[in-house]
Amino acid sequence: MRRLLYLIGALAVAGLLAGAPASAATKNVVIGFTASQTGKLNVEAIRQINGLNLWIEQVNEAGGVKLPDGTVLKFQAKFYDDESKKERVQELYTKLINQDKADFLISPYSSGLADAAAVIAQQYNKILISAGAASDSTYKKGYTLIFQVYTPASRYLTGALDLLAKMDPAAKKLAVIHEKDKFSTDVVEALKKYAEGKGYQVALYEGYEPGTTDFAPFINKIPAGTDAILGGGHFADTSTFAKQLHEKGVKAKMVALLVAPPEPKFAELGEAAVGVIGPSQWEPLATTYNQETAQKLNLPFVGPSVAQFTQAYQTKYKEVPSYHSAGGYVAGLLLGEAIRQAGSTDTAKVKEALDKMDLLTFYGRIKFDTAKEHGLQIGHEMIYTQWQKDAQGKLVNQLVWPEAFKTADVQPYRVK
Amino acid sequence: MFGQLLSSLADGLLLGFVYGLAAMGLSLIWGVMTVINLAHGPVIALGMFTAYLLFTQAGVNPYLALLPVAVLGMALGLVIYGAAVHRVLNAPHLSTLLATFAVNMIIIGVGTAVFTTSPHNIDFSLGSFSLGPLTVPFTRVVAAFAALAATALLYLFLYFTRPGKAIRAVANNRMAAELMGISSTTMLALSFGLGTLLACLAGGLIATFFPFTILSGGPYELKSFVICVLGGLGNPLGALLGGLLLGGLEGLVPAFMPVSWVPVVEFGLFVLVLLLRPQGLLGAK
Amino acid sequence: MRPWARLGFWLPLGAVFVWGLVVLLLREDTLRETTFTLMMFVGMASSLNILLGYTGYVSFGHIVFFGLGGYFGFYLLSQQGLWLLPAAVGGGILSGVLAGLLGLAVLRLRGAYFALATIGINEAARAFVSNFGPFGGATGLFVNFQAYQAYGGAGPALWTTFMYLWLVTLAVLLVSALVQGSRFGLGLMAIREDEDAAMVMGVAAPRAKTIAFMLSAFFPGIIGTLYFFKNGNVEPGDAFQLHMSIEALVMIMLGGQGTVVGPALGAVVYQGLRGYLLTSPLFKSLHLAMAGLFLLLIVLFVPAGAVGWLRHRFPRLRKVLT
Repeated sequence: MRRLLYLIGALAVAGLLAGAPASAATKNVVIGFTASQTGKLNVEAIRQINGLNLWIEQVNEAGGVKLPDGTVLKFQAKFYDDESKKERVQELYTKLINQDKADFLISPYSSGLADAAAVIAQQYNKILISAGAASDSTYKKGYTLIFQVYTPASRYLTGALDLLAKMDPAAKKLAVIHEKDKFSTDVVEALKKYAEGKGYQVALYEGYEPGTTDFAPFINKIPAGTDAILGGGHFADTSTFAKQLHEKGVKAKMVALLVAPPEPKFAELGEAAVGVIGPSQWEPLATTYNQETAQKLNLPFVGPSVAQFTQAYQTKYKEVPSYHSAGGYVAGLLLGEAIRQAGSTDTAKVKEALDKMDLLTFYGRIKFDTAKEHGLQIGHEMIYTQWQKDAQGKLVNQLVWPEAFKTADVQPYRVK
Repeated sequence: MFGQLLSSLADGLLLGFVYGLAAMGLSLIWGVMTVINLAHGPVIALGMFTAYLLFTQAGVNPYLALLPVAVLGMALGLVIYGAAVHRVLNAPHLSTLLATFAVNMIIIGVGTAVFTTSPHNIDFSLGSFSLGPLTVPFTRVVAAFAALAATALLYLFLYFTRPGKAIRAVANNRMAAELMGISSTTMLALSFGLGTLLACLAGGLIATFFPFTILSGGPYELKSFVICVLGGLGNPLGALLGGLLLGGLEGLVPAFMPVSWVPVVEFGLFVLVLLLRPQGLLGAK
Repeated sequence: MRPWARLGFWLPLGAVFVWGLVVLLLREDTLRETTFTLMMFVGMASSLNILLGYTGYVSFGHIVFFGLGGYFGFYLLSQQGLWLLPAAVGGGILSGVLAGLLGLAVLRLRGAYFALATIGINEAARAFVSNFGPFGGATGLFVNFQAYQAYGGAGPALWTTFMYLWLVTLAVLLVSALVQGSRFGLGLMAIREDEDAAMVMGVAAPRAKTIAFMLSAFFPGIIGTLYFFKNGNVEPGDAFQLHMSIEALVMIMLGGQGTVVGPALGAVVYQGLRGYLLTSPLFKSLHLAMAGLFLLLIVLFVPAGAVGWLRHRFPRLRKVLT
């Protein structure tokens, strides 16, 4: 026993001697952000932090990121609760930058909060990776250091229309009912334009206040003969909307709603979830994002595979990851990759690396706009899921669009 | 168009009963002690969560759960009254407003820590029935009847039982009631408890058809203000009519303009009624 | 005795003056942000105090003037290309005029009826703005990042905004102190104690109340514009938060209603406390409940607020703490 201890001691001394120069060159990189741990957005926001923390843990365990000059970077998160409110976001980000010396920033969850943080990031010349904020409008304001991980809002529901065209070429009449916030409004404005361009008739176009629980007034206004009902907002309101559509016996070929359907929790609606389609940034079933696809597209593949990520996340947090979790993880992954490519933590160099970035991850393709709407995500695509019943009558969330990801054929919502 | 109006109106009116029940408690408390209970919303939310916990943890039918919900509502009211209201009852309005708002913050704060703010859902359905253009879930019909029954019970209690009469006496003239040998403190506490009991009941009923979070009571609290003013502040039975009026309005307005204008109409009307007829549309001068 | 001949008149003004000056001289960004939030609430609470503390009318709608005035100012700035200062003053004027018009109607209501009406006005205003096209409807308005270049870049723009806020806060405190020491202010306090008696004694209550309402509404409009300019955007949900109105009430209560220094002190203490609770790992998940408990204890046991308590306990301090 004693000999063993001596051995360990000797090894430790040797290790110290050998490791001394290397350990001197270890640098901590602080990633700062605020998160909605409380308030109305905390479900989605906590998933996002979980994702990011998982990446930090993994990258540090794997020895961090090595720079060409031999420095080893270890990552560390520093964050505060923003209560899902904008009031404190700017104050806290300023604090993160100046007092906590954050080197890089991640956005809070939701477009409104991310927008407030973006101003500060740009003002202090810090790179901000925006995860969980899909609104397009942030990128029309002339920022140069804000990079978006999500497919922008304007492309959230347009794919659902392509799917509808394939389901039933004769479908014409749409009803759009959406939450009146920045993100959902951006989504449906783009959707309306796209629909009208394709010759659809938008027969109903209404917005509801955030926090609405009674959708009867909207559902009663849906005209007879409507082919598809599109819209929604965030998790709470959208799941209520879906439930009431079901109770009211609404008939339509398609119901496609934002944010809620891809969350595993949506299945709690039971029957009301059946047939509901949702746009998702990422799904554990979308295994097409792998080495092979990357080779075909002639892109580098970075980070874990879909299965590796899902498993690691499940082991750590005992829950199935949703796209909000994947978004948080990828925000870190991209940052790490950009730093590696830049060989430095210097803002200008990392920005250049991000500008040039075009790669595939388990989460999909990543490429940023560098022209007019700088930082807007242009590489990533939405996936559409639908809740269906399997042979045993159990609810499963299948991928129905695009064709390449399909795990099941799309089914009509309710026709009779 | 006609069918749409009909179903819209039916939905609005059915919901109006529950709105009325939610507002009744607020109105009662105001009527007895001229206190606006700013913790009304969170109390409604607690009613929702009690029903939810009983349903998910013990498998209690949500309608049976209304009984324990009512008991808890009463207990909650007694605690709030004793801890926050009694001491400042005779202080200026600001004190009672802030005291009850402090209770609001405490409930929301603890509730957020315990339940988070993610939506909860009682997965319970009685199906729906269709009648021409109408499709109405049974849960809403039952809720409307339950609200009606609660109102009737409250009426019977206030007018035909000794404590009920005592509460009315205290509301009329606290000093005179004291002189008649009525313990006003007991009656005040009891009526505050009744007010929160009604709020909790409304919460329990709402939980059978709408998902909810700890913050969900807020909109009902705001609606309750409107209803109380429509029905006459301090007139708990008028609250039911006020609720129906508001529900009807919510059914009618969307037929003529975008639904998002409803709150503008609602709260505009509210301010107008306050100005022109502060005793309420239904209150006597 | 003229109000400005007393030491108490200069105490809050001097404190805020030195505080702002120190921040401007130190040029520390974190300090500026923290101070910005604090001063904003000092301004909000002190302006509400003109109505609440002196006149005794409990308003939950103070945030309406912050929201609508701020919206209008921001609209002038982002859509009409106005410079920050005139835009902010424009926002303030709109708030003041609006308060005048509203006041003629709702100030007839007393006590809890008035409080309820202000809640209604707040909700109606929020719903209206989220449907109102020129103000960008539900998605609100924003300024392009380039707009800050006109102020010498983003950093200097924030310092300019901070300086304006500092000046506005000083102005609020000055007006508050002047009102308190004036004949007009005595009229308001008479209304607070007994409105009917005040009218009998010759106070033109309707006019005095309306003027007090306008004064208290003017400043939130300016502060709103500055705040939204700093944020870079404005949305209906952020502009009309009922809880911000209530927080302003809490601050006044905490510091002591009807005094000049009380609301300012209350704002600093409340925001400081909240900021601490929010960033402390121990209380993070319970900070709202803790703040509520704290408020309840104050309401129950120290209803006159910190300043009121000090004045009562140490009569000598009455000269200093007004």
